[in-house]
Amino acid sequence: MLKIENIQTFYGNIQALQDVSIEINDGEIITLIGANGAGKSTTLMSISGLEPARHGKIIFEGQDITHMDPDRIVQLGIIQVPEGRRIFPFLTVNENLDMGAFLRNDKDGIKKDIEYVYSLFPLLKERRNQQGGTLSGGEQQMLAISRALMGKPKLLLLDEPSLGLAPIIVQQIMAIIKKINIEQKTTIFLVEQNANLALKLADRGYVMETGRITLSDTAKNLRENDDVRKAYLGI
Amino acid sequence: MDLLYFFELFVGGMIRGSIYALIALGYTMVYGIIKLINFAHGEIYMIGAFTALIFASVLSFTGMNPILIFIIASILAISFSVGYGVTMEKIAYKPLRGSQRLSALISAIGMSMFLQNYVLLAQTSDFLPFPELVPDFKFLEPIKYLISSTSFLILITTAIVMIFLTYLIKFTRTGKAMRATSQDARMAQLLGINISKIITITFVIGSATAALGGVLISTHIGQLNFYIGFIAGIKAFVAAVLGGIGSIPGAVLGSFVLGWTESFGTGYISSDYEDVFAFLFLIIILIFRPSGILGRPENNKV
Ligand SMILES: Nc1ncnc2c1ncn2[C@@H]1O[C@H](COP(=O)(O)OP(=O)(O)O)[C@@H](O)[C@H]1O
Ligand SMILES: [Mg+2]
Repeated sequence: MLKIENIQTFYGNIQALQDVSIEINDGEIITLIGANGAGKSTTLMSISGLEPARHGKIIFEGQDITHMDPDRIVQLGIIQVPEGRRIFPFLTVNENLDMGAFLRNDKDGIKKDIEYVYSLFPLLKERRNQQGGTLSGGEQQMLAISRALMGKPKLLLLDEPSLGLAPIIVQQIMAIIKKINIEQKTTIFLVEQNANLALKLADRGYVMETGRITLSDTAKNLRENDDVRKAYLGI
Repeated sequence: MDLLYFFELFVGGMIRGSIYALIALGYTMVYGIIKLINFAHGEIYMIGAFTALIFASVLSFTGMNPILIFIIASILAISFSVGYGVTMEKIAYKPLRGSQRLSALISAIGMSMFLQNYVLLAQTSDFLPFPELVPDFKFLEPIKYLISSTSFLILITTAIVMIFLTYLIKFTRTGKAMRATSQDARMAQLLGINISKIITITFVIGSATAALGGVLISTHIGQLNFYIGFIAGIKAFVAAVLGGIGSIPGAVLGSFVLGWTESFGTGYISSDYEDVFAFLFLIIILIFRPSGILGRPENNKV
């Protein structure tokens, strides 16, 4: 479905990604783990077209999207929930969801999907006329995921959804991610620092260190890999 | 206290406020979206007024109904100003997107000087009379010492524009996307919102309302020159900052507050200091509310 081939991405003269290659198949949950500053978010931003790769290629369903504009990439079905959730603070919950459906014109479909995300997160329905900025961190993460779902993603990019949340909320969100993957057949690319969590959920995983992919294997093998256990699982 | 005089000043303040508001909208909306103080915005207002003057003068020779001439001239003024506003963004601001804010600001000041001198050279530095196109409305007869036809037109048009804009910003998809973009442009892009389109729409709306203000004030006062955009632009900018730059209701409120301050100030204190009141008031407000009356402190974005 998505094929990242040897991309290099720069911030000015500073190289953040060095020959990163990742492959994601239809229906999978793939995780990318790595320490802070490794280049995980940059990878997602390169896919979304906000920090386009200078070299290499990103192919989505046979189309080269490396230098496509961000809105066209969204149109193709790649939607990102960025790090820090980035809820529009002065839009209501409902309006935030509307923005997730910005490129859609099927009114009935949008209505149905709003009901669907409200069924996933009933709390949001109660708060639908409240401004996004007044929600708690956990609620904002739920809204961020819901907002992305409103765009009907084929491939959902999640950047550290567990960051800063209480363990019980994290469990809940991970369960919902799995549910979305199964019910909606949405392919998921999950970026996490919390490797423990990510490797439990994912089918396969990639390990990133200072802008390079250093390991890639099934989640099960990675969980049992000594280097991974030492570096990321704290065992 | 002379009540009639008070009401005269009150209405006078509202007229000023309306014109400031029509201009201030452009400042505040552009600032909200791209964080740029578009110094050339007053020139868009001036160009609107000039365009109307030129077409109104030409059409006057045809013996057409003056009201019709006024409407046609206004539509053309809006179209021209929108054209200038959008072009200005494309050539002077878009290439600087992503660079330091100061570069765009300097570009804006340059644009302002260019447009002023362009009109000065193409036209003249003298005040030109604006034809009388708006007839005396019959129904205003009983209160015409308080509200003239042109004043009435200004108030009504401004009210309609405000209602329309409120609807647009609050309820339409484009309006929501504009608000989303002003709150977090990168996130807006991640949802498929095309920022360039939103910026263009912002310039279209701001230029159109400014042009309308230019046409209305020129019919009201009956004359104009190339410099009218400078002083009105600065006052409207003050109004936008007063209300809280980036906030649309703030710009409207700031405009009326400023209009009344000037009107009552010149009426009760001294007309020598007309332009001083605006800045005095600005300083006082900003001491107590640095982000303006309705402004919110810049949120810390990642
Ligand atoms: N906007 C930016 N400008 C300059 N450097 C950046 C920017 N964003 C990230 N970087 C740098 O790129 C590298 C990778 O960052 P990032 O992709 O955010 O890592 P991660 O998401 O894995 O924590 C880091 O060294 C970081 O300092
Ligand atoms: Mg990151």
